[in-house]
Amino acid sequence: MALLHLDGVTAYYGHLQALHELSLQVDAGEILAVIGANGAGKSTMLSLISGELRPREGRVYLNDVDITRIAPHQRVRRGIALVPEGRHLFGTLTVEDNLLCGTASKRPGTWNLDAVYELFPLVKARRKHRAAVLSGGEQQAVAIGRALMSNPSLLLLDEVSLGLAPVVIKDLYEALRRIAAEGTTLLLVEQNITEALRVANYAICLLEGRVVLEGEPASLSQPAISDAYFGNKATSGSGAKPKGAS
Amino acid sequence: MIWTNAVIQGLLLGGLYAIFACGLSLMFGVMRLVNLAHGDLGVLAAYFSIILVEHLGGNPLWTFAAVIPVAAILGYFLQRFLLDHALNGGELSPILVTFGLSIIIENLLQQTFGANDQSLNIGALSYQSWKLASDIYVGRLNVIIFFIAVLVIVGLQLFLSKTAAGRALRATADNRRAAALSGIDPKRTRALATAIALATVAVGGLFLAMRTSFAPTSGSADLLFAFEAVIIGGLGNLWGTLVGGLVLGIAQTVGSQINPADGILIGDLVFLAVLAFRPQGLIASRNVAIR
Repeated sequence: MALLHLDGVTAYYGHLQALHELSLQVDAGEILAVIGANGAGKSTMLSLISGELRPREGRVYLNDVDITRIAPHQRVRRGIALVPEGRHLFGTLTVEDNLLCGTASKRPGTWNLDAVYELFPLVKARRKHRAAVLSGGEQQAVAIGRALMSNPSLLLLDEVSLGLAPVVIKDLYEALRRIAAEGTTLLLVEQNITEALRVANYAICLLEGRVVLEGEPASLSQPAISDAYFGNKATSGSGAKPKGAS
Repeated sequence: MIWTNAVIQGLLLGGLYAIFACGLSLMFGVMRLVNLAHGDLGVLAAYFSIILVEHLGGNPLWTFAAVIPVAAILGYFLQRFLLDHALNGGELSPILVTFGLSIIIENLLQQTFGANDQSLNIGALSYQSWKLASDIYVGRLNVIIFFIAVLVIVGLQLFLSKTAAGRALRATADNRRAAALSGIDPKRTRALATAIALATVAVGGLFLAMRTSFAPTSGSADLLFAFEAVIIGGLGNLWGTLVGGLVLGIAQTVGSQINPADGILIGDLVFLAVLAFRPQGLIASRNVAIR
């Protein structure tokens, strides 16, 4: 049984069709990387999962329960948390208050303030500061921590590495590995292909709202990814066995 | 000495403005909604108190216990069934809807109670005073109002900073999208903000009615003073709203001391001066609770 199942979703960004009957599954415990160029539909896909956008057609299932029409804050209660692109921290609130906001859904689990502080010791040192004064890397850590405080079964991450120094990105991805090891399923949307593919155990490449390539990262050749990413041939000629929508 | 007296009387008046204004500030902070019916809702609370006293008797002071919860419940449903829909209709519709609500309340009150001035008679408390110095007397009611104003704002501030519901309000005020993505229910949070706003404006309305006379159309002037207090203090900042109320009160009474007809005008001029020279308000929003 898939944890998350997008079943033929179609979505529009304004008048532009951003997703074309997209189907995908995320299994519990997996780290799925969704890569693709700007405008490929990655963020739109996340909006459908987080509930900020409703598909024109198709359905969204979480644990086989149809959640297509459920509001974002109720999806958090059901175990989906999104770390949005640009972090969207509460800049006027302290770091600790930011984290505590993540407990609004009252989901039980292993993540709490202590666990987040242990994962990100730098965040603990800054816990009394307003979130707005933190560095980019610290803010991203707080954003991830805030999402973890809701004890999600599925953690969605939109461009975690955007605008951060390589050394900071490395630390964040190390933290993501530990989060996954704790049993949280991850769905990473990234333009930073290298890091994403290194951590993921399955990857999907979107191009113009369609899946053009998928497979285990090791099975995807560099030229195939490049073709899929930039749309040179727009075929899934990687040789990897597609997982498909079973 | 007359100037000291004017400042003290202004300070006391300012407390009342602060109570009136804090709900306006809260609603604007949480949902960027300017409630043009805010003053009228305060006046509505005062009329409700009059009805209660008429039918049940006693000193109007007891009606606080009934009016505050009713106002809070009204606020909750007002948000759920009217203002939430208005917020979905673009930037202009909340203004039109609350303006319409203001007109409806004023006319309903006029229809029911007539246009005459009314007041809540609280007996001796309305004229008793304390002597501060040889020629400075402060009305007991005014002092009580002042301290309750400070209490209301301190209480609200504590609620916002110490409780989970308060945190949800601050988070929603800061970033609506992120609040929903963190699992905070936006509808519940907005309804809570409006419930608190109406409870506080009901307190303000009752105090105003005990202090001076009022009529169905008094709400518009009250709204104006509340606005001025909010802007002078700094938008979406409760301490600022308290300071703004006090500054406005002092400006008005000192102005009246200069020329009895010019009190309100001087208050307006101080408000305009703040808008011109310090548009962010007197209390800069560094440690804001709501913004």
